[in-house]
Amino acid sequence: MQVTVTVNGVEYTKEIEGRLLLVHFLRDTLGLTGTHWGCDTSNCGTCVVWMDGEPVKSCTVLAAMAGGREVRTVEGLANGAELDPIQEGFRQCHGLQCGFCTPGMLMTCRHLLDNNPDPTEGEIREAISGQICRCTGYSSIVRSVRWTAVHEAEAKAAAK
Amino acid sequence: MQVPAPFEYERATSVDQAIGLLERLGSSARLVAGGHSLLPMMKLRLANFEYLIDINDLHGELGYIRRSGDEVRIGAMTRHRELLESDALAQVLPIFRDAERVIADPIVRNRGTLGGSLCQADPSEDLSAVCTTLDASCVIRGPGGTERVVGMEEFHVGPYETAVADNEILTEIRIPVKADKSGSAYAKVERRAGDWAVVSAGAAIWLGADNRITDARVGLAAVGPNTTGIPEISAALRGQEPAEALYELAGAIAARSCDPATDTRGTADYKRHLADELTRRTLRKAVERARS
Ligand SMILES: Cc1cc2nc3c(=O)[nH]c(=O)nc-3n(C[C@H](O)[C@H](O)[C@H](O)COP(=O)(O)OP(=O)(O)OC[C@H]3O[C@@H](n4cnc5c(N)ncnc54)[C@H](O)[C@@H]3O)c2cc1C
Ligand code: FES
Ligand code: FES
Repeated sequence: MQVTVTVNGVEYTKEIEGRLLLVHFLRDTLGLTGTHWGCDTSNCGTCVVWMDGEPVKSCTVLAAMAGGREVRTVEGLANGAELDPIQEGFRQCHGLQCGFCTPGMLMTCRHLLDNNPDPTEGEIREAISGQICRCTGYSSIVRSVRWTAVHEAEAKAAAK
Repeated sequence: MQVPAPFEYERATSVDQAIGLLERLGSSARLVAGGHSLLPMMKLRLANFEYLIDINDLHGELGYIRRSGDEVRIGAMTRHRELLESDALAQVLPIFRDAERVIADPIVRNRGTLGGSLCQADPSEDLSAVCTTLDASCVIRGPGGTERVVGMEEFHVGPYETAVADNEILTEIRIPVKADKSGSAYAKVERRAGDWAVVSAGAAIWLGADNRITDARVGLAAVGPNTTGIPEISAALRGQEPAEALYELAGAIAARSCDPATDTRGTADYKRHLADELTRRTLRKAVERARS
Protein backbone atom coordinates (compact mmCIF):
# COMPACT_ATOMS: atom_id res chain seq x y z
CA MET A 1 0.00 0.00 0.00
CA GLN A 2 1.00 3.60 -0.42
CA VAL A 3 1.42 5.93 2.52
CA THR A 4 2.17 9.63 2.73
CA VAL A 5 3.62 10.88 5.98
CA THR A 6 5.06 14.25 6.87
CA VAL A 7 8.19 13.81 8.96
CA ASN A 8 9.87 16.88 10.40
CA GLY A 9 8.08 19.01 7.84
CA VAL A 10 9.06 16.92 4.81
CA GLU A 11 6.38 14.92 3.01
CA TYR A 12 7.32 11.35 2.07
CA THR A 13 5.24 9.00 -0.08
CA LYS A 14 6.32 5.37 0.08
CA GLU A 15 5.14 1.93 -0.86
CA ILE A 16 4.93 -0.10 2.36
CA GLU A 17 3.51 -3.28 3.82
CA GLY A 18 0.47 -2.88 6.05
CA ARG A 19 2.29 -4.52 8.93
CA LEU A 20 5.29 -2.15 8.88
CA LEU A 21 5.72 -0.43 12.24
CA LEU A 22 6.31 3.30 12.39
CA VAL A 23 9.68 2.85 14.10
CA HIS A 24 10.95 0.71 11.22
CA PHE A 25 9.44 3.05 8.64
CA LEU A 26 11.41 5.92 10.15
CA ARG A 27 14.64 3.99 10.57
CA ASP A 28 14.71 1.63 7.60
CA THR A 29 12.54 3.25 4.95
CA LEU A 30 13.49 6.87 5.60
CA GLY A 31 16.94 6.28 7.11
CA LEU A 32 16.11 8.45 10.12
CA THR A 33 17.98 6.34 12.65
CA GLY A 34 17.84 8.95 15.40
CA THR A 35 14.73 7.22 16.69
CA HIS A 36 15.98 4.21 18.60
CA TRP A 37 14.34 0.89 18.98
CA GLY A 38 14.80 -1.17 22.11
CA CYS A 39 12.34 -3.41 23.88
CA ASP A 40 9.81 -3.90 21.09
CA THR A 41 7.11 -4.23 23.77
CA SER A 42 6.04 -0.60 24.38
CA ASN A 43 7.85 -0.53 27.70
CA CYS A 44 11.20 1.21 27.24
CA GLY A 45 10.14 4.35 25.39
CA THR A 46 13.32 4.71 23.39
CA CYS A 47 11.21 4.79 20.20
CA VAL A 48 9.10 7.79 21.27
CA VAL A 49 8.27 10.26 18.48
CA TRP A 50 5.42 12.73 18.11
CA MET A 51 2.41 12.01 15.95
CA ASP A 52 0.20 15.04 15.39
CA GLY A 53 1.96 16.68 18.32
CA GLU A 54 1.55 13.83 20.83
CA PRO A 55 4.30 11.50 22.03
CA VAL A 56 3.70 7.91 20.91
CA LYS A 57 5.70 4.71 21.18
CA SER A 58 6.45 4.16 17.51
CA CYS A 59 7.07 0.42 17.95
CA THR A 60 3.35 0.07 18.66
CA VAL A 61 2.01 2.26 15.88
CA LEU A 62 1.66 1.10 12.29
CA ALA A 63 3.34 3.26 9.69
CA ALA A 64 0.01 3.14 7.86
CA MET A 65 -1.64 4.74 10.89
CA ALA A 66 0.70 7.70 10.45
CA GLY A 67 -0.58 8.24 6.91
CA GLY A 68 -1.73 11.84 6.48
CA ARG A 69 -0.34 12.76 9.89
CA GLU A 70 2.63 14.77 11.03
CA VAL A 71 5.49 13.00 12.71
CA ARG A 72 8.31 14.71 14.54
CA THR A 73 11.48 12.87 15.45
CA VAL A 74 14.65 13.78 17.32
CA GLU A 75 16.14 14.85 13.97
CA GLY A 76 13.53 17.61 13.91
CA LEU A 77 14.64 19.20 17.18
CA ALA A 78 17.83 21.08 16.28
CA ASN A 79 17.67 24.09 14.03
CA GLY A 80 20.66 23.43 11.80
CA ALA A 81 23.74 23.63 14.04
CA GLU A 82 21.75 25.22 16.84
CA LEU A 83 20.54 22.73 19.43
CA ASP A 84 17.04 22.86 20.81
CA PRO A 85 17.20 24.10 24.43
CA ILE A 86 16.22 20.62 25.66
CA GLN A 87 19.21 19.14 23.83
CA GLU A 88 21.38 21.85 25.31
CA GLY A 89 19.97 21.03 28.75
CA PHE A 90 20.87 17.36 28.39
CA ARG A 91 24.36 18.41 27.29
CA GLN A 92 24.87 20.85 30.16
CA CYS A 93 23.58 18.57 32.91
CA HIS A 94 24.82 15.17 31.71
CA GLY A 95 21.32 13.99 30.91
CA LEU A 96 22.80 11.18 28.90
CA GLN A 97 25.55 8.65 29.17
CA CYS A 98 25.34 5.91 26.54
CA GLY A 99 22.66 7.93 24.74
CA PHE A 100 20.42 5.02 23.89
CA CYS A 101 17.31 6.29 25.66
CA THR A 102 18.07 9.91 24.77
CA PRO A 103 16.06 10.46 21.57
CA GLY A 104 12.88 9.25 23.25
CA MET A 105 13.63 11.18 26.42
CA LEU A 106 14.23 14.38 24.43
CA MET A 107 10.93 14.04 22.60
CA THR A 108 8.96 13.44 25.79
CA CYS A 109 10.69 16.21 27.71
CA ARG A 110 10.28 18.73 24.87
CA HIS A 111 6.58 17.92 24.83
CA LEU A 112 6.37 18.28 28.60
CA LEU A 113 7.98 21.72 28.56
CA ASP A 114 5.78 22.89 25.69
CA ASN A 115 2.73 22.11 27.81
CA ASN A 116 4.12 22.86 31.25
CA PRO A 117 7.03 25.31 31.08
CA ASP A 118 7.83 24.99 34.80
CA PRO A 119 7.45 21.33 35.78
CA THR A 120 8.27 20.03 39.23
CA GLU A 121 10.61 17.10 39.73
CA GLY A 122 7.55 14.92 40.33
CA GLU A 123 5.95 16.04 37.09
CA ILE A 124 9.12 15.34 35.15
CA ARG A 125 9.41 11.87 36.66
CA GLU A 126 5.76 11.18 35.86
CA ALA A 127 6.22 12.33 32.25
CA ILE A 128 9.13 9.95 31.65
CA SER A 129 7.67 7.09 33.70
CA GLY A 130 7.07 5.05 30.55
CA GLN A 131 10.72 5.23 29.60
CA ILE A 132 13.75 3.35 30.77
CA CYS A 133 17.26 4.72 31.17
CA ARG A 134 19.83 2.18 32.27
CA CYS A 135 22.61 4.75 32.75
CA THR A 136 21.66 7.99 34.42
CA GLY A 137 19.50 6.95 37.35
CA TYR A 138 17.13 9.65 36.00
CA SER A 139 18.51 12.34 38.36
CA SER A 140 20.55 14.02 35.69
CA ILE A 141 17.65 13.81 33.23
CA VAL A 142 15.44 15.58 35.76
CA ARG A 143 18.19 18.18 36.26
CA SER A 144 18.49 18.65 32.51
CA VAL A 145 14.78 19.36 32.14
CA ARG A 146 14.87 21.80 35.06
CA TRP A 147 17.91 23.53 33.50
CA THR A 148 16.00 23.90 30.26
CA ALA A 149 12.89 25.21 32.02
CA VAL A 150 14.89 27.89 33.82
CA HIS A 151 16.91 28.71 30.73
CA GLU A 152 13.81 29.07 28.55
CA ALA A 153 12.08 31.24 31.13
CA GLU A 154 15.12 33.52 31.26
CA ALA A 155 15.35 33.68 27.50
CA LYS A 156 11.67 34.59 27.31
CA ALA A 157 12.04 37.32 29.96
CA ALA A 158 15.07 38.73 28.15
CA ALA A 159 13.17 38.85 24.87
CA LYS A 160 10.47 41.05 26.41
CA MET B 1 12.56 -7.93 15.61
CA GLN B 2 8.91 -8.52 16.41
CA VAL B 3 6.54 -7.75 13.56
CA PRO B 4 3.00 -8.92 12.96
CA ALA B 5 2.25 -11.43 10.21
CA PRO B 6 1.16 -9.76 6.94
CA PHE B 7 -2.29 -8.18 6.76
CA GLU B 8 -4.19 -5.66 4.67
CA TYR B 9 -4.75 -2.27 6.24
CA GLU B 10 -8.01 -0.38 5.78
CA ARG B 11 -9.02 2.91 7.28
CA ALA B 12 -12.57 3.55 8.41
CA THR B 13 -14.11 6.95 7.79
CA SER B 14 -17.36 6.51 9.75
CA VAL B 15 -18.87 4.03 12.17
CA ASP B 16 -21.27 2.70 9.55
CA GLN B 17 -18.54 2.36 6.96
CA ALA B 18 -16.45 0.41 9.52
CA ILE B 19 -19.39 -1.92 10.08
CA GLY B 20 -19.73 -2.33 6.31
CA LEU B 21 -16.07 -3.35 6.08
CA LEU B 22 -16.48 -5.77 8.98
CA GLU B 23 -19.48 -7.29 7.30
CA ARG B 24 -17.69 -7.73 4.02
CA LEU B 25 -14.46 -9.10 5.52
CA GLY B 26 -15.97 -11.29 8.25
CA SER B 27 -13.94 -12.92 11.00
CA SER B 28 -10.68 -12.39 9.10
CA ALA B 29 -10.84 -8.69 10.02
CA ARG B 30 -10.28 -6.85 13.27
CA LEU B 31 -10.69 -3.26 14.36
CA VAL B 32 -7.63 -1.46 15.62
CA ALA B 33 -8.17 1.47 17.98
CA GLY B 34 -5.16 2.57 20.04
CA GLY B 35 -3.46 -0.66 19.04
CA HIS B 36 -1.70 -0.94 22.37
CA SER B 37 -3.18 -4.32 23.18
CA LEU B 38 -3.79 -5.67 19.69
CA LEU B 39 -0.44 -4.86 18.06
CA PRO B 40 1.67 -6.38 20.88
CA MET B 41 -0.45 -9.55 20.58
CA MET B 42 0.00 -9.62 16.82
CA LYS B 43 3.74 -9.08 17.17
CA LEU B 44 3.92 -12.10 19.44
CA ARG B 45 1.72 -13.96 16.90
CA LEU B 46 -0.83 -14.60 19.61
CA ALA B 47 -3.33 -13.09 17.19
CA ASN B 48 -3.44 -13.05 13.38
CA PHE B 49 -5.86 -11.27 11.11
CA GLU B 50 -5.96 -10.80 7.36
CA TYR B 51 -7.34 -7.28 7.64
CA LEU B 52 -6.98 -4.53 10.21
CA ILE B 53 -9.51 -1.74 10.11
CA ASP B 54 -8.10 1.42 11.67
CA ILE B 55 -10.81 3.37 13.52
CA ASN B 56 -8.64 6.24 14.75
CA ASP B 57 -10.32 8.63 12.31
CA LEU B 58 -13.57 7.95 14.19
CA HIS B 59 -12.24 9.83 17.21
CA GLY B 60 -14.30 12.82 16.11
CA GLU B 61 -17.43 10.70 16.13
CA LEU B 62 -16.64 8.43 19.10
CA GLY B 63 -14.33 10.48 21.32
CA TYR B 64 -16.47 12.31 23.88
CA ILE B 65 -17.56 12.49 27.51
CA ARG B 66 -21.11 13.80 27.93
CA ARG B 67 -23.51 14.17 30.77
CA SER B 68 -27.06 13.59 29.63
CA GLY B 69 -29.72 13.53 32.32
CA ASP B 70 -29.06 10.70 34.73
CA GLU B 71 -26.26 9.20 32.66
CA VAL B 72 -22.70 9.84 31.68
CA ARG B 73 -22.01 8.74 28.12
CA ILE B 74 -18.48 8.11 26.97
CA GLY B 75 -17.56 7.36 23.36
CA ALA B 76 -15.57 4.19 22.71
CA MET B 77 -12.66 6.08 21.08
CA THR B 78 -12.12 8.31 24.12
CA ARG B 79 -8.47 7.93 25.01
CA HIS B 80 -7.02 7.22 28.45
CA ARG B 81 -5.54 10.69 28.57
CA GLU B 82 -8.87 12.34 27.93
CA LEU B 83 -10.46 10.29 30.70
CA LEU B 84 -7.65 11.26 33.05
CA GLU B 85 -7.80 14.95 32.24
CA SER B 86 -11.56 15.48 32.26
CA ASP B 87 -12.48 17.52 35.33
CA ALA B 88 -16.17 17.09 34.58
CA LEU B 89 -15.76 13.30 34.70
CA ALA B 90 -13.61 13.39 37.86
CA GLN B 91 -16.29 15.42 39.55
CA VAL B 92 -19.12 12.91 39.09
CA LEU B 93 -17.06 9.71 38.82
CA PRO B 94 -13.69 10.23 40.55
CA ILE B 95 -12.95 6.51 40.13
CA PHE B 96 -11.92 7.19 36.52
CA ARG B 97 -9.12 9.55 37.48
CA ASP B 98 -7.96 7.20 40.24
CA ALA B 99 -7.73 4.37 37.72
CA GLU B 100 -6.23 6.36 34.86
CA ARG B 101 -3.39 7.57 37.08
CA VAL B 102 -2.22 3.96 37.40
CA ILE B 103 -2.89 2.66 33.88
CA ALA B 104 0.29 2.18 31.90
CA ASP B 105 2.24 5.43 31.41
CA PRO B 106 1.48 8.85 29.92
CA ILE B 107 2.61 7.89 26.42
CA VAL B 108 0.61 4.67 26.26
CA ARG B 109 -2.32 6.68 27.63
CA ASN B 110 -2.06 8.99 24.62
CA ARG B 111 -3.14 6.08 22.41
CA GLY B 112 -5.18 3.51 24.35
CA THR B 113 -8.96 3.90 24.28
CA LEU B 114 -11.87 3.04 26.53
CA GLY B 115 -13.44 0.87 23.82
CA GLY B 116 -10.19 -0.98 23.18
CA SER B 117 -9.76 -1.61 26.90
CA LEU B 118 -13.22 -3.11 27.30
CA CYS B 119 -13.06 -5.10 24.05
CA GLN B 120 -9.68 -6.53 24.93
CA ALA B 121 -11.51 -8.15 27.89
CA ASP B 122 -8.32 -8.86 29.77
CA PRO B 123 -9.26 -9.98 33.30
CA SER B 124 -6.80 -7.47 34.73
CA GLU B 125 -7.98 -4.52 32.61
CA ASP B 126 -8.47 -1.54 34.91
CA LEU B 127 -11.23 0.18 32.95
CA SER B 128 -13.24 -3.03 32.78
CA ALA B 129 -13.11 -3.16 36.57
CA VAL B 130 -14.16 0.50 36.71
CA CYS B 131 -17.11 -0.08 34.37
CA THR B 132 -18.12 -3.20 36.30
CA THR B 133 -18.05 -1.21 39.52
CA LEU B 134 -20.20 1.51 38.01
CA ASP B 135 -22.74 -0.91 36.50
CA ALA B 136 -22.05 0.53 33.06
CA SER B 137 -23.79 -0.61 29.91
CA CYS B 138 -22.23 -0.96 26.50
CA VAL B 139 -23.81 0.24 23.30
CA ILE B 140 -23.01 -2.08 20.40
CA ARG B 141 -23.88 -1.10 16.85
CA GLY B 142 -24.34 -3.55 14.00
CA PRO B 143 -25.34 -3.56 10.32
CA GLY B 144 -28.25 -1.39 9.27
CA GLY B 145 -27.76 1.00 12.17
CA THR B 146 -29.17 -1.49 14.69
CA GLU B 147 -28.06 -0.91 18.27
CA ARG B 148 -28.21 -3.05 21.35
CA VAL B 149 -27.27 -2.21 24.91
CA VAL B 150 -25.77 -4.83 27.21
CA GLY B 151 -24.55 -4.73 30.81
CA MET B 152 -20.95 -5.49 31.76
CA GLU B 153 -21.78 -9.00 33.01
CA GLU B 154 -23.16 -9.88 29.61
CA PHE B 155 -20.54 -7.90 27.71
CA HIS B 156 -17.62 -9.92 29.01
CA VAL B 157 -18.23 -13.45 27.86
CA GLY B 158 -14.88 -14.74 29.09
CA PRO B 159 -11.21 -13.79 29.06
CA TYR B 160 -10.51 -11.93 25.77
CA GLU B 161 -14.07 -12.59 24.64
CA THR B 162 -16.92 -10.11 24.44
CA ALA B 163 -20.51 -9.93 23.27
CA VAL B 164 -19.43 -7.84 20.25
CA ALA B 165 -19.98 -9.93 17.11
CA ASP B 166 -17.68 -9.94 14.06
CA ASN B 167 -19.85 -7.40 12.26
CA GLU B 168 -20.40 -5.08 15.23
CA ILE B 169 -18.62 -2.25 16.96
CA LEU B 170 -18.75 -0.92 20.49
CA THR B 171 -19.69 2.74 20.22
CA GLU B 172 -20.48 4.02 23.68
CA ILE B 173 -20.41 3.30 27.41
CA ARG B 174 -23.30 4.55 29.53
CA ILE B 175 -22.93 5.00 33.25
CA PRO B 176 -25.95 5.65 35.45
CA VAL B 177 -25.72 8.64 37.78
CA LYS B 178 -28.16 8.45 40.68
CA ALA B 179 -29.54 11.47 42.46
CA ASP B 180 -28.17 10.42 45.88
CA LYS B 181 -24.89 11.65 47.28
CA SER B 182 -22.32 9.42 45.67
CA GLY B 183 -18.63 8.67 45.76
CA SER B 184 -16.30 6.26 44.01
CA ALA B 185 -12.67 5.23 44.21
CA TYR B 186 -10.13 2.86 42.69
CA ALA B 187 -6.97 1.29 44.07
CA LYS B 188 -4.47 -1.10 42.59
CA VAL B 189 -1.38 -2.94 43.69
CA GLU B 190 1.16 -3.42 40.91
CA ARG B 191 4.75 -4.63 40.88
CA ARG B 192 6.13 -1.45 39.35
CA ALA B 193 4.85 1.86 37.98
CA GLY B 194 2.49 1.43 35.04
CA ASP B 195 2.24 -2.33 35.33
CA TRP B 196 -0.88 -4.43 35.14
CA ALA B 197 -2.62 -5.06 38.44
CA VAL B 198 -1.64 -7.80 40.83
CA VAL B 199 -5.11 -7.05 42.15
CA SER B 200 -7.22 -3.93 41.91
CA ALA B 201 -10.54 -2.88 43.35
CA GLY B 202 -13.12 -0.24 42.56
CA ALA B 203 -15.93 0.89 44.84
CA ALA B 204 -18.96 3.09 44.32
CA ILE B 205 -21.30 4.17 47.05
CA TRP B 206 -24.59 6.09 47.26
CA LEU B 207 -25.86 7.71 50.45
CA GLY B 208 -29.44 8.70 51.21
CA ALA B 209 -30.61 11.80 53.08
CA ASP B 210 -30.26 9.90 56.37
CA ASN B 211 -26.62 9.12 55.44
CA ARG B 212 -27.34 5.45 55.14
CA ILE B 213 -26.07 3.49 52.18
CA THR B 214 -28.77 3.24 49.52
CA ASP B 215 -26.49 1.26 47.23
CA ALA B 216 -22.89 0.12 46.99
CA ARG B 217 -20.88 -1.74 44.39
CA VAL B 218 -17.44 -3.28 44.39
CA GLY B 219 -15.57 -4.51 41.29
CA LEU B 220 -12.32 -6.44 41.28
CA ALA B 221 -9.73 -7.06 38.55
CA ALA B 222 -7.15 -9.81 38.10
CA VAL B 223 -8.77 -12.25 40.51
CA GLY B 224 -10.79 -14.42 38.15
CA PRO B 225 -11.66 -15.00 34.50
CA ASN B 226 -13.43 -11.62 34.24
CA THR B 227 -13.47 -8.45 36.22
CA THR B 228 -16.09 -9.24 38.80
CA GLY B 229 -18.81 -7.27 40.52
CA ILE B 230 -19.74 -8.74 43.89
CA PRO B 231 -23.52 -8.54 44.47
CA GLU B 232 -23.16 -10.06 47.94
CA ILE B 233 -21.29 -6.95 49.07
CA SER B 234 -24.02 -4.69 47.71
CA ALA B 235 -26.62 -6.71 49.59
CA ALA B 236 -24.63 -6.58 52.83
CA LEU B 237 -24.11 -2.82 52.65
CA ARG B 238 -27.53 -1.56 51.58
CA GLY B 239 -29.45 0.18 54.34
CA GLN B 240 -26.41 0.30 56.65
CA GLU B 241 -24.58 3.26 58.05
CA PRO B 242 -21.01 3.53 56.77
CA ALA B 243 -18.54 2.26 59.38
CA GLU B 244 -15.17 0.58 59.59
CA ALA B 245 -16.76 -2.72 60.64
CA LEU B 246 -18.84 -2.66 57.48
CA TYR B 247 -15.78 -2.20 55.25
CA GLU B 248 -14.18 -5.13 57.05
CA LEU B 249 -17.20 -7.26 56.33
CA ALA B 250 -17.12 -6.23 52.67
CA GLY B 251 -13.40 -7.00 52.46
CA ALA B 252 -13.98 -10.46 53.88
CA ILE B 253 -16.72 -11.12 51.33
CA ALA B 254 -14.44 -9.92 48.51
CA ALA B 255 -11.61 -12.19 49.62
CA ARG B 256 -13.91 -15.18 49.91
CA SER B 257 -15.83 -14.64 46.64
CA CYS B 258 -12.95 -14.03 44.24
CA ASP B 259 -11.07 -16.69 42.35
CA PRO B 260 -7.40 -15.73 41.93
CA ALA B 261 -4.66 -17.95 40.53
CA THR B 262 -1.10 -18.25 41.76
CA ASP B 263 1.24 -16.84 39.11
CA THR B 264 4.34 -14.68 38.69
CA ARG B 265 2.44 -11.73 40.13
CA GLY B 266 1.73 -13.46 43.44
CA THR B 267 0.11 -16.35 45.22
CA ALA B 268 -3.64 -16.86 45.37
CA ASP B 269 -3.53 -16.22 49.13
CA TYR B 270 -1.72 -12.94 48.71
CA LYS B 271 -4.24 -11.87 46.08
CA ARG B 272 -7.14 -12.69 48.38
CA HIS B 273 -5.48 -10.59 51.03
CA LEU B 274 -5.21 -7.72 48.53
CA ALA B 275 -8.84 -8.10 47.46
CA ASP B 276 -9.80 -7.73 51.12
CA GLU B 277 -7.56 -4.76 51.83
CA LEU B 278 -8.28 -2.88 48.57
CA THR B 279 -12.03 -3.35 49.01
CA ARG B 280 -11.82 -1.73 52.44
CA ARG B 281 -9.65 1.12 51.22
CA THR B 282 -11.79 1.98 48.22
CA LEU B 283 -15.05 1.79 50.18
CA ARG B 284 -13.61 4.07 52.86
CA LYS B 285 -12.47 6.54 50.22
CA ALA B 286 -15.75 6.37 48.29
CA VAL B 287 -17.74 7.13 51.44
CA GLU B 288 -15.40 10.00 52.30
CA ARG B 289 -16.01 11.45 48.85
CA ALA B 290 -19.77 10.90 49.02
CA ARG B 291 -19.87 12.85 52.26
CA SER B 292 -17.76 15.77 51.12
C1 LIG C 1 3.23 -0.95 28.22
C2 LIG C 1 1.75 -1.11 28.41
C3 LIG C 1 1.24 -1.08 29.70
C4 LIG C 1 -0.14 -1.22 29.91
N1 LIG C 1 -0.61 -1.16 31.19
C5 LIG C 1 -1.93 -1.28 31.40
C6 LIG C 1 -2.45 -1.23 32.72
O1 LIG C 1 -1.73 -1.06 33.69
N2 LIG C 1 -3.80 -1.39 32.89
C7 LIG C 1 -4.63 -1.56 31.83
O2 LIG C 1 -5.84 -1.69 32.05
N3 LIG C 1 -4.18 -1.57 30.57
C8 LIG C 1 -2.85 -1.45 30.34
N4 LIG C 1 -2.38 -1.49 29.05
C9 LIG C 1 -3.32 -1.66 27.93
C10 LIG C 1 -3.71 -0.34 27.32
O3 LIG C 1 -4.55 0.33 28.21
C11 LIG C 1 -4.42 -0.60 25.99
O4 LIG C 1 -4.28 0.50 25.20
C12 LIG C 1 -5.88 -0.91 26.07
O5 LIG C 1 -6.08 -2.03 26.86
C13 LIG C 1 -6.48 -1.25 24.72
O6 LIG C 1 -6.90 -0.12 24.11
P1 LIG C 1 -6.55 0.16 22.60
O7 LIG C 1 -7.38 1.30 22.20
O8 LIG C 1 -5.08 0.28 22.46
O9 LIG C 1 -7.11 -1.17 21.90
P2 LIG C 1 -6.59 -2.01 20.66
O10 LIG C 1 -5.32 -2.67 21.00
O11 LIG C 1 -6.64 -1.21 19.43
O12 LIG C 1 -7.76 -3.09 20.60
C14 LIG C 1 -7.93 -4.09 21.57
C15 LIG C 1 -9.06 -5.03 21.12
O13 LIG C 1 -10.30 -4.35 21.13
C16 LIG C 1 -10.92 -4.37 19.85
N5 LIG C 1 -11.59 -3.07 19.71
C17 LIG C 1 -11.03 -1.84 19.92
N6 LIG C 1 -11.96 -0.89 19.83
C18 LIG C 1 -13.13 -1.51 19.54
C19 LIG C 1 -14.47 -1.05 19.34
N7 LIG C 1 -14.80 0.25 19.41
N8 LIG C 1 -15.44 -1.97 19.08
C20 LIG C 1 -15.13 -3.28 19.01
N9 LIG C 1 -13.88 -3.76 19.20
C21 LIG C 1 -12.90 -2.89 19.46
C22 LIG C 1 -9.79 -4.62 18.88
O14 LIG C 1 -10.28 -5.24 17.71
C23 LIG C 1 -8.90 -5.53 19.69
O15 LIG C 1 -9.36 -6.84 19.64
C24 LIG C 1 -1.02 -1.36 28.81
C25 LIG C 1 -0.49 -1.39 27.52
C26 LIG C 1 0.87 -1.26 27.31
C27 LIG C 1 1.37 -1.29 25.91
S1 FES D 1 11.09 -0.03 21.46
FE1 FES D 1 9.21 1.00 21.61
S2 FES D 1 8.89 1.16 23.70
FE2 FES D 1 10.70 0.00 23.61
S1 FES E 1 21.76 7.21 28.74
FE1 FES E 1 22.10 5.09 28.56
S2 FES E 1 20.09 4.33 28.64
FE2 FES E 1 19.81 6.36 29.16
